[in-house]
Amino acid sequence: MIKRVIFKGQLLPLLLLAPQLAVTAVFFLWPAGQAIYQSLLQEDPFGLRREFVGTENFDAVLNDPLWLNALGNTAVFSVSVAALALGVALLLAVQADKAIRGANLYKTMLIWPYAVAPAVAAVLWLFLFHPSIGLIGRALNAAGVAWDYKLNGGQAMLLVIVASAWKQVSYNFIFFLAGLQSIPRSVLEAAAIDGARPFRRFWTVVFPLLSPTSFFLLVVNLVYAFFDTFGVIHALTGGGPGNATETLIYKVYVDGVQNLNLGASAAQSVILMVLVVGLTMVQFRFVERRVHY
Amino acid sequence: MATLTLTGVKKAFGATQVLHGVDLAVADGEMVVIVGASGCGKSTLLRIVAGLETPSEGQVRIDGRDVTPLEPADRDIAMVFQNYALYPHMTVFDNMAYGLKIRGLPKPEIRRRVEEGAALLGIQELLARKPRQLSGGQRQRVAMGRAIVREPKLFLFDEPLSNLDAKLRVQMRAEIRRLQKRLGVTSLFVTHDQVEAMTLGDRLVVMHQGHAVQVASPMEIWSRPANTYVAGFIGSPAMNFLPAVLVDGGGAARLAGGGAPIRFVDGPRAGGEGRAVTLGIRPEHLEVGGPDALPVVVDLVEPLGSESVLHGRLADDTALVARLPGAAALTEGMRLAIAPEALHVFDAATGARIDPAGG
Ligand SMILES: Nc1ncnc2c1ncn2[C@@H]1O[C@H](COP(=O)(O)OP(=O)(O)OP(=O)(O)O)[C@@H](O)[C@H]1O
Ligand SMILES: [Mg+2]
Repeated sequence: MIKRVIFKGQLLPLLLLAPQLAVTAVFFLWPAGQAIYQSLLQEDPFGLRREFVGTENFDAVLNDPLWLNALGNTAVFSVSVAALALGVALLLAVQADKAIRGANLYKTMLIWPYAVAPAVAAVLWLFLFHPSIGLIGRALNAAGVAWDYKLNGGQAMLLVIVASAWKQVSYNFIFFLAGLQSIPRSVLEAAAIDGARPFRRFWTVVFPLLSPTSFFLLVVNLVYAFFDTFGVIHALTGGGPGNATETLIYKVYVDGVQNLNLGASAAQSVILMVLVVGLTMVQFRFVERRVHY
Repeated sequence: MATLTLTGVKKAFGATQVLHGVDLAVADGEMVVIVGASGCGKSTLLRIVAGLETPSEGQVRIDGRDVTPLEPADRDIAMVFQNYALYPHMTVFDNMAYGLKIRGLPKPEIRRRVEEGAALLGIQELLARKPRQLSGGQRQRVAMGRAIVREPKLFLFDEPLSNLDAKLRVQMRAEIRRLQKRLGVTSLFVTHDQVEAMTLGDRLVVMHQGHAVQVASPMEIWSRPANTYVAGFIGSPAMNFLPAVLVDGGGAARLAGGGAPIRFVDGPRAGGEGRAVTLGIRPEHLEVGGPDALPVVVDLVEPLGSESVLHGRLADDTALVARLPGAAALTEGMRLAIAPEALHVFDAATGARIDPAGG
């Protein structure tokens, strides 16, 4: 069934890969190398003096209470975003799978958030939840709820979680829907005849069959929450109030760009790099082993 | 074990009427085979019995109880699907135990039943495997096993053998029949294969375009088909149909292509002189030579070893197929005679069987 095209010689394949390799080299390998190099140096803000310090930057970062705070924030934030985005997407996909006739329109509408730029998405949520100009924010306050995410750290965290999850739901939805549709109808019918009610059917048949999809999405969502939510946080809360919504990626920016502490910032991004490489490796190993049929 | 009764079951998908009112009574322990061409509504009927589709009209009764509004889960039935529909993520054991776990049977009882069922089907060694590690025939057995361990009131089979190779199909066919007899479970079996239908069923339901055209024992259907559709569908090669008119006050028929009138040995047909009829004669009821034999131009001979199938044409170009014992040569001037006692008479317009008047 699998068709293989075999090229003779090496020049053509290399030529075809060249643009991608060039992009990878310029935008990934070179900066990554720079970051690793930087993380071993101590440099003054004006770039006049630099000094090799070994692992000193890493020691400092790992013992910095602010970094540990960001680590905690990231854990809460990522797990919540992934859980929310996956949960909502699964719910929507199950509904869409039931009424598949309307699914095309449904699908188109649900894919929109994914195409919205992070900053734009953030502004949209800002217009909804800003305590004085936001539609819902004002309503909340009018109803007696003390809603101000600019002062309340918990509320700020909630808002960035919801806004970030919202952007990712559509992506998850498409994968879940495809996963659901690949489950043969007769298998579900067999379960129904075997006496399983819809709820039980979902948890004993549908969900296990979706588990490869779910795991893949979990890793994708964690990576998204780690790295791709900078825009949302930057536009909504700027890491505040205090450091309540400062995640690891946001702190890299704060330390490197705002505080010009290049060594520390580079060390943090190297740690993040190791994290993402680890996640990806887990993913590949797990997905290879856990395919049912 | 139970009886099954269908009364006036109709089904429409949107504007398409798929079933036009099917009545059927299946006795306790009986195996009834539903047979018909593709798209005639066999699966739809079976799925209505299973509760996977709701009939537009009519009732389904199991053991006298009206189950029409019930969910599949509440009907106490088991079904074997064409693609087996095993749970891909569960082992063979768990596949077979799934329905029992849902009913909350105690663990030892589940184990006992699954092991018994597995032994019955010879799949004890496969219990720890996943469906993807099984061959088609083994999957088929597991699907059967899953149905058996439930000890349901009713077995439903939807073309369970059609994905198997020819040899295995014959073997599984016999096995299903043996099991069904041994367990005595009332069964409905859907197939489009007439040999399967003839060999498996206590009775057959021949379906055509959403109607149950004839419900009878296999021999009855073979020897007294209710109309030209059933006559042509059951039997291989298919029955020959020859246009003719009644002569001699209904006591004989003359073929449209001419020749001597053929006298009915079982008595005259109603309608009298000149009524247009269709004569049906099975290929195995034609023989070479004889006084009233018809001249046939043979254009193909298929040798099958112990017999040969001849394809030819009568003088008026009507196609005729004959099954003759031994090897037959493609000869000029071949003449075939109709065995009059094996003749079927159908109305030319409606295709309905015409039996001898008064008898
Ligand atoms: N869900 C459905 N929606 C619309 N039409 C349907 C549906 N299910 C079946 N049909 C139609 O009903 C008719 C009968 O289908 P059914 O599956 O019962 O045929 P069948 O006799 O089992 O055929 P086969 O031997 O090919 O399995 C077909 O014309 C089919 O197109
Ligand atoms: Mg069918």
